[in-house]
Amino acid sequence: MCEKEVTVTSDAGVHARPAMMLVKEAMKFPCEIFLVKDDTEANGKSIMSVLALAITPGTKLVIRAEGEREEEAVDRIVGLIASDFQQ
Amino acid sequence: MMKKKIFIRDLLEVSETDLRLKLLAGETGIDKEIPEAEINRPGLSLTGFFDFFAFDRIQIFGKGETAYLKNFSDQKLTEIFDKFFSYNILCCIFTHSDHPSRLFLDYANKKGVPILFTDHPTTRFVSMLTHLIYQAHAPTTTIHGTLVDVFGIGVLLLGKSGVGKSETALELVERGHRLVADDLVEIKKNDDLLIMGSGSNLIRHHIEIRGLGILNIRDIYGIRSVRNRKRIELIASLEDWDETKTYDRLGIDERTYSILEVEVPHIIVPVRPGRNIPVIVETAALNLRLKKMGVNSAKELDQKLQDWMKTGNV
Repeated sequence: MCEKEVTVTSDAGVHARPAMMLVKEAMKFPCEIFLVKDDTEANGKSIMSVLALAITPGTKLVIRAEGEREEEAVDRIVGLIASDFQQ
Repeated sequence: MMKKKIFIRDLLEVSETDLRLKLLAGETGIDKEIPEAEINRPGLSLTGFFDFFAFDRIQIFGKGETAYLKNFSDQKLTEIFDKFFSYNILCCIFTHSDHPSRLFLDYANKKGVPILFTDHPTTRFVSMLTHLIYQAHAPTTTIHGTLVDVFGIGVLLLGKSGVGKSETALELVERGHRLVADDLVEIKKNDDLLIMGSGSNLIRHHIEIRGLGILNIRDIYGIRSVRNRKRIELIASLEDWDETKTYDRLGIDERTYSILEVEVPHIIVPVRPGRNIPVIVETAALNLRLKKMGVNSAKELDQKLQDWMKTGNV
């Protein structure tokens, strides 16, 4: 298991399009990927799950991956969020 | 698994159950947490008997307690309240719209003990209050899955992303069943044997279908295609067909899946082209209903077979 914390800094938070980019990135990896906000855990490969988290600007998220290529997956997702979805 | 906290201020804000509470004094104490759903009637303590005094519970003053306190002079009341408020009282609630004396409120303000009143009668109020606190304390969790009401049975579909949970739910809705939640199911344990599932407020009744995107099931299929919460009674794990794995062929042994320590009947449904998963889920729901009524197809057939082998006729 690998996990890292990241703060969402993009102005509009994670609305539909950023959520789609995030899920698309997550789908490239074979491991399971989770986004944790407070006590709620979302499946990083499910767009509805990510949207349901209602991630507002300033939210602290924990990105967690379990399985094959987990570290690479966490780095990529964290990178995407940290770059305000500009990648 | 987590347990939510509830504070005295939450009682004042609740609108759904409407305890109709108003604050009289002790505002500085309204951020105290309510640790348990038990309440205490302080009658005995007011008479001077303080053994086993459950001061850390909500104190309910009914008609009896209020009337009792009207019998005394201020001097005697000071004596009673000195002792009563020497404990770290959580909170006092007066029913029947009764208000305590000025003296009582002064003590409460000084000690930061919230004093509230309601117009509800005592027993009714206590049952509403305990229900509310139990609900707030109920353990909850979220799970990645899809919850559908199939013939009145709450079926939770589990499985990896892309295995076809949402598509199965869509087909079930098309066949007249109801969607509760897609992808993120919030689960609450209401008592030791019962877990309820619901969707997150924000994405309620939406579903994502690859190739179509996000759909609002309620808008497309109407109000009869959705419901807000449902007890989870059957869990169906969808998984890609694995040649090396042995799947249940008899259905005699009953397996269960544990959520919040509640054991729920569990079936594993292997998915491969040509298998109509919605029909299998429907049949599993019907079969569960049959089992609940005491009929077990697999066991009955086995019994019939064994009888025949013994006697030579059925």
